[in-house]
Amino acid sequence: MAPVETHTITALVQDRPGVLARIAGMFSRRGFNISNLAVGHSETPGLSRMTFVVEGDDWVVEQVTKHLYKLIDVVQVYDISAESIVLRELALLKVRSNAENRPEIIQIVDIFRASIVDVTKDSLVIEVTGDEEKVDALIELLRPFGLREVMRTGRIAMSRGSGTTGGRKGTKASVDQSAPDAEVVP
Amino acid sequence: MQLTGAQMVCECLVREGVSVLFGLPGGAILPFYQTLAEYPDLQHILVRHEQNAGHAADGYARASGKVGVVVATSGPGATNLVTPLATAMMDSVPIVALTGQVPRAAIGRDAFQETDTTGVTAPITKHNYLVMDTADIPRVMKEAFHIARTGRPGPVLVDLPRDVLTERAEFDYPDAINLRSYKPTLEGHAQQIKRAAKLVRDARRPLILAGHGVSISGAFAELQELAEKAQIPVITTLLGIGAFAGDHILSLGMPGMHGQAHNNWAIERSDLIIAVGMRFDDRVTGRLSAFAPNARIVHIDIDPAEVGKNVGVTVPIVGDARRVLHALTLEVEPATHADWLKEIDVLREEHPFVMPESERLLPQYVIREICEATDGRAIVVTGVGQHQMWTAQHYVFKEHNSWITSGGLGTMGFEVPAAMGAAFACPERTVWSIAGDGGFQMTFSELATIAEHRVPVKFAIINNNSLGLVRQLQDLFYDRNRVSVEYSGNPDFVKLAEAYGIWAVRVSDKADVRQAIDDASAVDGPAIIDFRVEREENVYPHVPAGGSVFEMIEGPPTPTAEDVPAWRP
Repeated sequence: MAPVETHTITALVQDRPGVLARIAGMFSRRGFNISNLAVGHSETPGLSRMTFVVEGDDWVVEQVTKHLYKLIDVVQVYDISAESIVLRELALLKVRSNAENRPEIIQIVDIFRASIVDVTKDSLVIEVTGDEEKVDALIELLRPFGLREVMRTGRIAMSRGSGTTGGRKGTKASVDQSAPDAEVVP
Repeated sequence: MQLTGAQMVCECLVREGVSVLFGLPGGAILPFYQTLAEYPDLQHILVRHEQNAGHAADGYARASGKVGVVVATSGPGATNLVTPLATAMMDSVPIVALTGQVPRAAIGRDAFQETDTTGVTAPITKHNYLVMDTADIPRVMKEAFHIARTGRPGPVLVDLPRDVLTERAEFDYPDAINLRSYKPTLEGHAQQIKRAAKLVRDARRPLILAGHGVSISGAFAELQELAEKAQIPVITTLLGIGAFAGDHILSLGMPGMHGQAHNNWAIERSDLIIAVGMRFDDRVTGRLSAFAPNARIVHIDIDPAEVGKNVGVTVPIVGDARRVLHALTLEVEPATHADWLKEIDVLREEHPFVMPESERLLPQYVIREICEATDGRAIVVTGVGQHQMWTAQHYVFKEHNSWITSGGLGTMGFEVPAAMGAAFACPERTVWSIAGDGGFQMTFSELATIAEHRVPVKFAIINNNSLGLVRQLQDLFYDRNRVSVEYSGNPDFVKLAEAYGIWAVRVSDKADVRQAIDDASAVDGPAIIDFRVEREENVYPHVPAGGSVFEMIEGPPTPTAEDVPAWRP
């Protein structure tokens, strides 16, 4: 199976009740697939920023963008897939652990520059940030120990450099997904 | 000034220039109704069903060009608006719907007559509001009317909890609208218009496909100027009928599933299509891969989401049809396209659109007679089905904003209440509702309202005792297996009219058609003619759904009147 083409889209929307339902409804009604969605307040009071990961080709992304704009509550939409961007996701992972295997888990957590945020005698809660691939990889490594719970935020994205996200529309820089944590490595 | 929420709503309606509302009261919306008496400028028309109120507001809006207003209560009142809102959404009709809601504290508790109205109507409105603060009413109402009538028009719903209507607050009417996320593009991009003009200059077989957007923006003169300057023939979509004079020499008629055959062939041969205010609906295009295979496409539309949605576009121009057409006409060079016009004339000869000859009462004949009797100048309202297609084909419109039909959603029953709404909008004009016997029975409860107000709508029921277009589909594509399409229990429509005190006559004979039309026209008030038409008559041409011009059925295979299949319940 060919890999599914995905695009990262961010939207600035009015922070009003029902806006998420409107957007989700539009996606389902028009048959667009969102594989990932994150919502939070933006730098401007009254506006929220959403980040979607949309499956589909350029035509789909164009349609998604136009239909988002058609919603009265949507202020601005950017397809930032072609920009140089930082992509992040936060995940909390609860793993079964005992005195015997704890050192091994700590070692894995260190390699991923993740952190342990809660410890009991039979469990660990691990916090990890990174792109989806990094989070996926950590999950797979921890699965054999007994993965009790996974919570993921969905992708958020920001352009690199001093410009604002989407401000350099049309730049053809490759998507910088393959260099996890490059900018935090000393 | 301190006002109740209900008074605020009325104040806003008056300021928006509203004079007629269609609605039906109920508990949650009652505070609004109790306040209406203080506002004598607002005439409320009490209907028999909220769906009809919605369609009446739709017909009112299409005939007048103003925003139609419909009022309903919470719960079932609001859910009964689903069909008219969806109809208006599909056909870009400006409506403001005011619905009652249970008091704020009861929302979410499954209170009596509670429905999540904004949730239910989100996909079938351009926008909607649930007002949770009385002080917000002036801003919300102003925005609602603005959103409904500007850009690509559409229905906007305002949901008003009962206690928001009764509470008092300062009435602070905003001077201006500040919607940072809604600013329709009106002027076309100058560079794109130049590119389009260049395509027109290079085209040998150009066509204009004009849609509803031309009528909405009032671009009649601009369209005619462009067509005449560059001698480009004009095809009008179902809702575009009336956007270009039907008797103009460059007018070709309707394309698509039931369009005149020469139009579909012209599209097939065309090398440039200038699409204006139309959306390449599947009933126009048929199978997309076979649609206009030789044409480059200039698509002018105010809604960016329509451009590139169904067909690939060479030059997209987002903007108001009137402004873009005007700018484009300035850019294009005069041309004659004599060879192309000749070629189209040959297509017309090879694929003639003929009125079938018969001694029996054919529905097409009825429509032609109505057209002749009204000189093509009536407001004509239809529902959906055979009667609609025959009207689109045979009524030649000489006036703008006169053709009111449910195009996109295809709503049966639209023809009764929408005609009533149109008559309220244009009391000086003649309004004919050409109805199917199926659609008429879906909404004829509104005859009571029509009788009460002596609304002078003339109804022509094209009565074939069946769901004709469905029967046609069964005959053509389901081996003539006629299931659940016969209406053997239709009422006597003349007696029905009598029950409402409405003048009526039955016509079964071709010779009586014109007299009946003239008699109905002479009646001071509503009138109904029950035309008992030939029930085996089909609409032709017929491009099968998902087909192309090459699969178009141009006429009946052979006369097979004796060979009538059985009708199954």
